[in-house]
Amino acid sequence: MEMLPELGHFALVLALLLAGLQAFFGIAGPAFGRQRWMSAVIPATAGSAVMVVTAFACLVASFVGFDFSVAYVAQNSNSALPLIYRIAAVWGAHEGSLLLWIVLLAGWTIAVAFGASRLPQHFSARVLGVLGIVSFGFLLFTLATSNPFLRLIPAAVDGSDLNPLLQDPALALHPPLLYTGYVGFAVAFAFAIAAMLEGKLDQTWARWTRPWTLAAWAFLTVGIALGSWWAYYELGWGGYWFWDPVENASFMPWLIGTALIHSLAVTDKRGLFKSWTLLLSIIAFSLSLLGTFLVRSGVLVSVHSFAADPARGIFILAFLVIMVGGALALYAWRAPLLKSDAGFELTSRESFLLFNNILLVIAAATVFGGTLAPLISDTLGLGTLSVGTQYFNPTFLLPMLPLIALASVGMHANWKRGRLAARGRPLIATGLIALAVALAAVFGYYGGRPGLALASFLLGAWLVLSSLVDPFDRLRRRLSMPRAIVGMTLAHMALGVFVISVTAVETYTTERDVAVAQGESVEVGGYTFRFDGIDDIHGPNYDGVHAIVQVSRDGKPLATLHPEKRRYFVQQSVMTEAGIESQPGRDLFVALGEDLGAGRWSLRIQVRPLINYVWLAALLMALGGSIAASDRRYRTARAPATEPVGAGQGSTA
Amino acid sequence: MNRFLLPLAAFVLLAIVLGVGIRNSDTKGVVASPLVGRPAPQFVLPNLLDPDTPFDSRTMAGRWYALNVWGTWCIECRVEHAALVAAKAAGQLPIIGLNWKDDPTSAVAWLAQLGDPYEATAVDAEGRVAIDYGVYGAPETFLIDPQGIIVHKHIGPLSAEIWERDFIARAVSR
Repeated sequence: MEMLPELGHFALVLALLLAGLQAFFGIAGPAFGRQRWMSAVIPATAGSAVMVVTAFACLVASFVGFDFSVAYVAQNSNSALPLIYRIAAVWGAHEGSLLLWIVLLAGWTIAVAFGASRLPQHFSARVLGVLGIVSFGFLLFTLATSNPFLRLIPAAVDGSDLNPLLQDPALALHPPLLYTGYVGFAVAFAFAIAAMLEGKLDQTWARWTRPWTLAAWAFLTVGIALGSWWAYYELGWGGYWFWDPVENASFMPWLIGTALIHSLAVTDKRGLFKSWTLLLSIIAFSLSLLGTFLVRSGVLVSVHSFAADPARGIFILAFLVIMVGGALALYAWRAPLLKSDAGFELTSRESFLLFNNILLVIAAATVFGGTLAPLISDTLGLGTLSVGTQYFNPTFLLPMLPLIALASVGMHANWKRGRLAARGRPLIATGLIALAVALAAVFGYYGGRPGLALASFLLGAWLVLSSLVDPFDRLRRRLSMPRAIVGMTLAHMALGVFVISVTAVETYTTERDVAVAQGESVEVGGYTFRFDGIDDIHGPNYDGVHAIVQVSRDGKPLATLHPEKRRYFVQQSVMTEAGIESQPGRDLFVALGEDLGAGRWSLRIQVRPLINYVWLAALLMALGGSIAASDRRYRTARAPATEPVGAGQGSTA
Repeated sequence: MNRFLLPLAAFVLLAIVLGVGIRNSDTKGVVASPLVGRPAPQFVLPNLLDPDTPFDSRTMAGRWYALNVWGTWCIECRVEHAALVAAKAAGQLPIIGLNWKDDPTSAVAWLAQLGDPYEATAVDAEGRVAIDYGVYGAPETFLIDPQGIIVHKHIGPLSAEIWERDFIARAVSR
């Protein structure tokens, strides 16, 4: 028991060596045509994964068993910390979250190894080899600069506790989900590198890659949504997105991942966009790498902490240069060999997906620019600039509104031929219904403030309705309904719901900050909030107060809300927990402010229409992605017997 | 040039920028700001807790002080707040708050709730002063000498240790 940290450390070293073997045999085996080397890849992969899981289990055990002789445990746990947060504390700071990243990579790698039995051996060896390189780099980084198993001598009597902000169920789950998404893009990356090493990329390749990419994207979507939801109820001032560098770090790979999913569809169905798909695979993972480092080096310091510890900074940079630089150099060398042998017309589905990709990449570029440009200009001494919501909101909407409009139309375009006119009637009909819905919502239900809201409601409603046209058509004609279609429909509808709910929240939120004495009531957005006083509360490692707020409408009581303020003992920090009542069409949100004396307290009260649908839409998108990922087509895809390199003539995508 | 080389070229540029950034960082690992060694930009802004008397940075001339950029929307500001309150209690170096792009009601609530470490808090609602100071994200803290020269810039949350090493030690030793 007492040797667990040393055991974990030793397991990490073994994992590093085995990952090195996995990388070497995986890359060198096919390159030199050594059958026995290729056969050694799977055992090396399995061994490395077992060692990684062992190390992780040792760290978990040290947390669960209150081993404050381990520096990392002493810094991030405490004897009063409940079990669930002692486990979540494993990824509560930099060192442990790196280890979590490595464990999740091992999980994806094992899944790929199981799926690889359908792939040609030289190809699967290369995929596992690339994953081995990634794993090796992260293990080396952990051991060299961020070892979570270092001892603290003498041992601490008690730990300095997990950051209270992280003591929350949603935030305990947020990093594993987010990282599963990030790391999942490593699989698409490895497939891309393997294809470039092979010098061959065909439609089968895209069919292999699609489900992995969809699954990674779905995890990332849920991870981001969970973080956003947490910010809403925990931070105490409402809202769901702040364009914070950390949020942006996860959003950029999401945007590029979304582009990749669509580009892969074209490569799969039509054998086009090959080099573009490869490039997106590389960029999605590169941004994940960047994001991982940005997120866990501490929240807003993230971007700065690139240099927070020069040794870490140099290592990160070197790793990025090797991985990303190497991949892009390989791309510059190999991508020109990949010819596409088909053309397409302007109003064909290929065109729409091309626009989709361009707009998504522009959106990601604006976020990238806003996130990194200030740091870059500061670094170069070009003077400084500072960006915030004022920059992000308009520049992000610019590519997004046309994207959503094009999605409604593009779904109905045929592959290759531009016969959109044939689908004109349902498009116009759904457009008109959407316009009626938008007008009714803006002028009837919410009563005013048209402009951008009207346009966004129209686009959102049109997307929802337009997504349903094809599935209804299939049902009516008794055609089969593959999971890929179900998933796509669901995800597109969810995007429409997302647009509608974000529009409603941004346009029609009512908010008041009030000072109230016991028994006083305030009206906000048609609801009456009555403040019924304050009670003491006691948690395991905190105490505090909560307010009792009775909500009623037209004299009928609806709910009792208990917004809290907690003071955590060890770090002496005060955290808020908002009181939220979710009605079908809106959230009633109350956050407790400060004690104004004489029994008066300040309250922040908000009525936010449709805000729950923002996260619900994100979950539906992820559900759509995972349904599509489970389509039979992907499970039965086998390699064709032969495929000549660079076959065919004609236009390149 | 081969268009397939463009992504690599773009990445090389980015890597160079990041590399220069790391090289510029001194041994303590702080991104060197071009503003260090230059006069601190002067400003007059509304005073958060005393709306009748605007805060004028020139009144700080002749004293060492720290300028701490914060906002209630900033998670890391919450993390460093206890260290600031402790620094105020120690009383060695006055701290001026720059409340950046924030909602004044929330800011007042925050100070009442978590303690007020600031001698005065200037309200930079539109972020103009923060732009002059090259603020990238909150929290950032500047150490300014009696001649009004920026001596040090700290990015990210302060701790008691950093405060002692980078602020108190510098202000006392000179």
